[in-house]
Amino acid sequence: MSTPADTLRELEARLRDLEDAAQRTGQDLSVALTPLRAEVERLRGECQAHLTRWERVGLARAPGRPTALDYVERLCTDFAELHGDRAYGDDPALIGGPARWGGVPVMLLAQQKGRDTKSKIRRRFGMSNPEGYRKAIRLMDFADRFGLPVVTLIDTPGAYPGIEAEERGQGWAIAGSIQRMVRLRVPAVCAVIGEGGSGGALALGVGNRVLIQENAWYSVISPEGAASIIWKDAAKAPQAAEALQLTAPDLLRLGLVEEVVPEPLGGAHRDPDAAAAALGEAVSRHLAELSALGPDELKAGRAARFRAMGAFREV
Amino acid sequence: MALDRFFRRRRPQQQAGAELPDLWTQCPQCKEGVYNRDLDLNAHVCPRCGHHLRLDAGQRLEVLLDPGSFQQRSGRVHPVDPLGFEDTEPYPARLARAQKKTGRPDAILTGTGTILGLPVTVAAMDFAFSGGSMGSVVGEEIARAAEHAAGAGTPFVLVAASGGARMQESALSLMQMAKTTVALEGLAERGLPYVSILSDPTTGGVTASFATIADVIVAEPGALIGFAGPRVIQQTIRQNLPEGFQRAEFLLEHGMVDAVVDRREHRTYLRSLLGVLTRQPAGEASA
Repeated sequence: MSTPADTLRELEARLRDLEDAAQRTGQDLSVALTPLRAEVERLRGECQAHLTRWERVGLARAPGRPTALDYVERLCTDFAELHGDRAYGDDPALIGGPARWGGVPVMLLAQQKGRDTKSKIRRRFGMSNPEGYRKAIRLMDFADRFGLPVVTLIDTPGAYPGIEAEERGQGWAIAGSIQRMVRLRVPAVCAVIGEGGSGGALALGVGNRVLIQENAWYSVISPEGAASIIWKDAAKAPQAAEALQLTAPDLLRLGLVEEVVPEPLGGAHRDPDAAAAALGEAVSRHLAELSALGPDELKAGRAARFRAMGAFREV
Repeated sequence: MALDRFFRRRRPQQQAGAELPDLWTQCPQCKEGVYNRDLDLNAHVCPRCGHHLRLDAGQRLEVLLDPGSFQQRSGRVHPVDPLGFEDTEPYPARLARAQKKTGRPDAILTGTGTILGLPVTVAAMDFAFSGGSMGSVVGEEIARAAEHAAGAGTPFVLVAASGGARMQESALSLMQMAKTTVALEGLAERGLPYVSILSDPTTGGVTASFATIADVIVAEPGALIGFAGPRVIQQTIRQNLPEGFQRAEFLLEHGMVDAVVDRREHRTYLRSLLGVLTRQPAGEASA
């Protein structure tokens, strides 16, 4: 039995062939192309809309999903990674430095999970220690000093819960990073590219614009964490994911992100180049829009964006 | 005092966890029964062992402010259920229970008052309300209190008591960390002091936002303060946590708090500190 996803893959292949043919021969095939494109779009929407929240969490964690560095390699040039917090150490779970994003000079800050077992362990699966956030603070000072817009790529299950992290002030470091972002006098565009786990994610999330990839999640707590608290059973994570409403469409509906960046069907790992192209375009577009604003407007706009967040009633 | 001692000698010797009559409270640390009136007169610090018992927001402001000086500002902002959150029970049912228990719309009480004559704006989190968890209302009331302080030109004193962000409002709760930080900017811009008092417990998103960006961070003796909860850390690293881990004294040793101050000294401490920072004449207490 063919599922809508099978039909879609078949139609996508036919569409690619036709587009190739049109380009090769210079023929106008729009009569055939236009309805085909419409049908592909419709099916895409249908396939994605039927994903459960837990299935999306699975895609956000899919093996082979592009990490921050996979996007940096495809979208950035002249990236000079700057290391260390100048106080204690360097955190490999949070990387940063000046680069060109689609040709535009920026300060890049990104949470890096690692791509193989060894680098995943070294980078603690993207879970930062306080040094990571303090490095981010240092690099935001740098960004303000050189007038570089800040681009952050968020991908962390959360800040690292360890003894040393607590000794060195994990909460203090995250709070400091949030405050430093609030005070930025340059544009800040943030994109959640996988997992947006709690305060550890928000530490890089106080942007003028916040984008989220279609299958990324962003929440106050992981589905497993919520399930452990509610039902004392991490296996109930699928129910917790539903309750937490942590998917990209949820966040857009709640007004917490500006845009959902589309991913290739089946998730970013199915076609990292296409995922990167969409992400690159979206971030560049927002950077361009913000480039017209002055330092005071940027800070005030960012403040207003977050000041308005919350749901309550007044009596 | 002699009468007082007489009563103390007759303190009932109860087993741990045993029910005590309303007149007595069992100290969670030394397990001694303490006469409630003694606790009230002693800022809810155990007269025997010095343990700082948890306070609700109302008791907190009684300890902190000059008697009769408190003018409440919070209370008009009420929680809603933006996600239709349901776990073992619907969020509105949880809220209703906490509201009935505490008589407050949410886990926060704010207003103005004086500390040994010095005008301040205050916010006290209420651990008795759903573990002091921070959702939209807590974030909004703290933001409004900070903005009021900036507008009125008073110092801002916040007492933290919270298990962290409120799960039932998901990402909306998370964003309160940024919202409160934004609102506190006004104080920094106007050169007004912000002091946070970390009480037992202060963890999670509260530790990772407004509570730890104060100009002066004071901790209560013995308070549990940290980002990740001890249980989560233990599950992650699978080893026992060191003695005194994440307690106020541990954080002082690691350079994370400015001072550990006995609750009975809070008013004199704050009056003297804020007096210097706002260039007020020294109060009677600092003579």
